[in-house]
Amino acid sequence: MVHTFSLNGFDIALDVYSGSVHVCDPVSLEAIRMYETQPLETVMGRLLADHPDNPEVTAQAVTELLDTLDELQAQGKLYTRDIYQNSALHLKKDPNLVKALCLHVAHACNLTCSYCFAGQGHYQGEAALMPLSTAKQALDFLVKHSGSRRHLEVDFFGGEPLLNWQTVKDTVAHGRELEKQTGKVFRFTLTTNGVLLDDEVTAFCNQEMHNVVLSLDGRPEVHDHYRKDHQGRGSYHTVVPKFQRFVKLRGDKEYYIRGTFTRRNLDFLEDIRHMADLGFDKLSMEPVVTAPDSPEALREEDLPVIFQQYEELAREMLAREKQGKGFQFYHYMLDLAHGPCVYKRLSGCGSGTEYLAVTPAGALYPCHQFVGDGEAYRLGSLKEGITNRELQEAFQHNTVYEHTACGDCWAKLYCAGGCAANACHAQGSIHGVYDYGCKLFKKRMECAIMLAAAKEEISSVKAGGESYGDQNF
Amino acid sequence: MKIKTLNTRDLAASLKNGGCGECQTSGVANQPCENKEQA
Repeated sequence: MVHTFSLNGFDIALDVYSGSVHVCDPVSLEAIRMYETQPLETVMGRLLADHPDNPEVTAQAVTELLDTLDELQAQGKLYTRDIYQNSALHLKKDPNLVKALCLHVAHACNLTCSYCFAGQGHYQGEAALMPLSTAKQALDFLVKHSGSRRHLEVDFFGGEPLLNWQTVKDTVAHGRELEKQTGKVFRFTLTTNGVLLDDEVTAFCNQEMHNVVLSLDGRPEVHDHYRKDHQGRGSYHTVVPKFQRFVKLRGDKEYYIRGTFTRRNLDFLEDIRHMADLGFDKLSMEPVVTAPDSPEALREEDLPVIFQQYEELAREMLAREKQGKGFQFYHYMLDLAHGPCVYKRLSGCGSGTEYLAVTPAGALYPCHQFVGDGEAYRLGSLKEGITNRELQEAFQHNTVYEHTACGDCWAKLYCAGGCAANACHAQGSIHGVYDYGCKLFKKRMECAIMLAAAKEEISSVKAGGESYGDQNF
Repeated sequence: MKIKTLNTRDLAASLKNGGCGECQTSGVANQPCENKEQA
């Protein structure tokens, strides 16, 4: 399967099953589209007939072009087939192997963001804080079930995890002790709205947290529309100075400024620009996922505007990079040369098997997005272990091949079938798809691949190589 | 008429040199491979 697209002056062919990316010109792209299913003579005739005024399109040139396509096919870089069907369960063959936990240390929040999937932090239940004993038990559970996995991940999540800060610190200390005893390596991460961020929290996070997600929606009026405290006051002016200080002291360690855009700010590129202008350089801006009838929900008719924003964002990133003011946008970070292996691309996020969420009471769920969905998605508990074997098995087998809608999708080895929770909430099955999210994802992937091609082109031109001529960067 | 093939990880080859399971949980495609010797 080959996906071809043109964006920002680049003509690109992605060979889905090999992962190869070919940067072409319009005629070469046309040839790639035709040559998979049509004989050489037909392709030759069509190209010559379609480009009578192009002096480059001669019989000899087309012959050489088709020879190149033959070579690429022989090298396994074009028109490759799906040979992965029997490999999809490799990373899930032991459904009891766990390597990551999302610790819901607080089912409570000091903000009342109306779009929050967690129902303002308490997940459609009672407000609660996780006792330290439960958090320690969770880490012990993780080590016990991690098998040969060396790198283990623990994410402090909520609600707002800083409402249970002492437990966070003591849990990290317990993890460091376990590292000495077991040789495992814990990566601790934390997501916060920033309201309680102070110098002590900052210093601790910068020492102990592998990554920190800081929630900011962008421009003051956008952020404050949803992200209000319990007195109805916007939080922008409270959190931005704290985030700026945090990032300044963070050095080169990982962090993300993470925003949500809704129907109210379809011009979300302005919010990303605002984040960059505040001095943040690791950015993420996510489309809201909410009930279709809610006023902030994104609609089908919004897609052209959103697509245009994503494309403009890619151009903006190239322009800023040239000025020495570049920033990262999470969904455009695509390491083509050292990206994930095919096993990872087939099996996805690992929810329900190698990744579990733990509630303050110690119940286990497939992931944080299922915690508010009640008993039907409860897998078990830290005390009892996994008791809902039927549900565990459903997640174990939830590979890209279980999503029948993904069969002929070019992006399936970039998303592994998408988010199980979004699919479940949209279609009632973890094996379904969240179609709207798919459309956004595919546009982001095209932009990310184009950016990779553009960066390669910039390097090539700097080194004295040829340009393809029409690109905008 | 030109075709330039970018340097990408060979997914078919990763059947043999991938699958260690040490990568971070996840966008799947955004995750770098932890095993730099293999990727």
